[in-house]
Amino acid sequence: MAVQETPVSRRLKSVKHIIIVCSGKGGVGKSSVSAQLALSLHASSPNARVGVLDVDLTGPSIPRMLGLDGHGVHQSSDGWVPVYADALGDGEPRLACMSVGFLLKKKGDSVVWRGPKKNAMIRQFLSDVRWGELDYLVVDTPPGTSDEHLSLIEHLAPVHSRLSAVIVTTPQAVALLDAMKCLSFTRAVALPVLGLIENMSGYVCPCCGDVSNVFSTGGGVEMAIREGVPFLGSMPIDTELVTLLDAAESTDLGAADGQHDEDSEVRSFGVLQRYQKTSSAKLLSAIVENLILTLPSVEHASVSSSA
Amino acid sequence: MLAVQRSAVVSVPSNAPEHCPGTESELAGKADACNGCANQDICASNTPKGPDPALPFIRDRMAVVKHKILVLSGKGGVGKSTFTAQLGWAFAADEQLQTGVMDVDICGPSIPTIFGVASEQVHSSSSGWSPVYVQDNLGIMSVGFMLPSSRDAVMWRGPKKNGLIAQFLKDVDWGDLDYLVIDTPPGTSDEHLSVVQYLKESGIDGAVLVTTPQEVSLQDVRREIDFCRKMGIRVLGLVENMSGFVCPGCKTESQIFRPTTGGAERLAKETGIQLLGKVPLDPRIGKSADYGVSFLDEYPDSPASDAYLDIIDKIKKILGGESAL
Repeated sequence: MAVQETPVSRRLKSVKHIIIVCSGKGGVGKSSVSAQLALSLHASSPNARVGVLDVDLTGPSIPRMLGLDGHGVHQSSDGWVPVYADALGDGEPRLACMSVGFLLKKKGDSVVWRGPKKNAMIRQFLSDVRWGELDYLVVDTPPGTSDEHLSLIEHLAPVHSRLSAVIVTTPQAVALLDAMKCLSFTRAVALPVLGLIENMSGYVCPCCGDVSNVFSTGGGVEMAIREGVPFLGSMPIDTELVTLLDAAESTDLGAADGQHDEDSEVRSFGVLQRYQKTSSAKLLSAIVENLILTLPSVEHASVSSSA
Repeated sequence: MLAVQRSAVVSVPSNAPEHCPGTESELAGKADACNGCANQDICASNTPKGPDPALPFIRDRMAVVKHKILVLSGKGGVGKSTFTAQLGWAFAADEQLQTGVMDVDICGPSIPTIFGVASEQVHSSSSGWSPVYVQDNLGIMSVGFMLPSSRDAVMWRGPKKNGLIAQFLKDVDWGDLDYLVIDTPPGTSDEHLSVVQYLKESGIDGAVLVTTPQEVSLQDVRREIDFCRKMGIRVLGLVENMSGFVCPGCKTESQIFRPTTGGAERLAKETGIQLLGKVPLDPRIGKSADYGVSFLDEYPDSPASDAYLDIIDKIKKILGGESAL
């Protein structure tokens, strides 16, 4: 089958791997996992070029998490210029970010759109953003299996062989139920699944060190085994990370550990540095190493099966 | 650059060409002025113009529902469905009252599981679909009751979802209700617009906004407040969920989701919206939801139960005060 050339496929020609982060349920940590994946992929090699695309149009969280709140997008003759999270670091910027949050005049503005408008916006994000050469494009999605997801898959059809998905869930039955729906969705659209991440799996009391399973535990592993999907790992609740991603603007916490050599105004660059010090970063970098190894084989399998 | 389109309120978008006939007009997408407009296709494809034929039926059905409450939050996973369920159970604790719970989260229905009726089916009778009754006076309707298996994904675009929501409002035999609590999906999109538009004529009493203490969640709630303002819905109040965690081992309270920007309290002050209360994180809440039992009945001694009951009392008072007028 000859793959048709579209504006999207032309634009994404220079993107090697596209990883879609999804989950049926909201608030399980898609955006936080997307942000962490991007940060870890960025740190995985000194010249890895990473892009983050936030297609959660009515609730964009990526700008806040990467400390990019308030930035705007610039138009160039070659399309929209993404916001670079490491623009102020030394060397060439290689963590690009695009979200509807950058297009809003005020951060409290709501985007009240029905499906067709969302579809048009996603098409524009995929075809008009000047990503340049990218090794990885991490796509953060809204909860559910609806317009955004269908549009995304539809527009990415010409580059289907480079697509893969990571499913995020929390351990409760209610979330697993929705994760299952999400898995059914990936099967229906023949999207290869890299694996399942169980987020918010246990919380260590800072006072006595007891582990509480705030949202129960172990459900993700069981589901992965039952469904024959690789289990990538479980991430406990890390308050340090919650605070880091939530208050990416304030540098007071990072300054406490004496590593205050970077300019305190370089807040987004600070996120990159400080993230590597959290305990979640170690867990996630192991997951990412694993992902980098499996990516080509998963994508290759999807090529041969569709051929 | 990108103007936030207020198509729901103003029918001429701010980025429209000069002689735009308006998105709700019969000529939308077909007038001369539409040629070259970026959104021409969208306007032209929205075929049904004029009032929705379902509206009079919905009006009849909703005429016997005294209070309609929306549970909203911009962000997902903050506890909308859990709160909806506690609200439903608390209303239904009064045997004199009839309560209905409608789940319009089409892609991720959690209400059936939380109420412990996940395997039930909807039956239809001559007077419409009958809701699934958890108690004599507590009926529930969700798309979860209509799926062949809980694993099935509902991969629907907007118009199909709207169709189902209209059916939930016009074809379900709710009967005489004192309270109808509507659980929504995260965001501000098709489902929300549809519910609000369908219920415009019969009137919505107000919306309860659920949030968690972090800024990421508050950001989304601000958008939801903006949505309510645009749509003309009264905000009954804010509920801060997952606010602090008491370790069952040492009883010390710690903040899992730290209110880095002042939490809901500050938001309430900024916007002048009442903060109805803060519900602490209790692992037993999630467990109760998984097993489908009422948290308020199972663990009445938990601080979270007190918080819930306090909030529910406030909501009742706000609604009660209004009906007395």
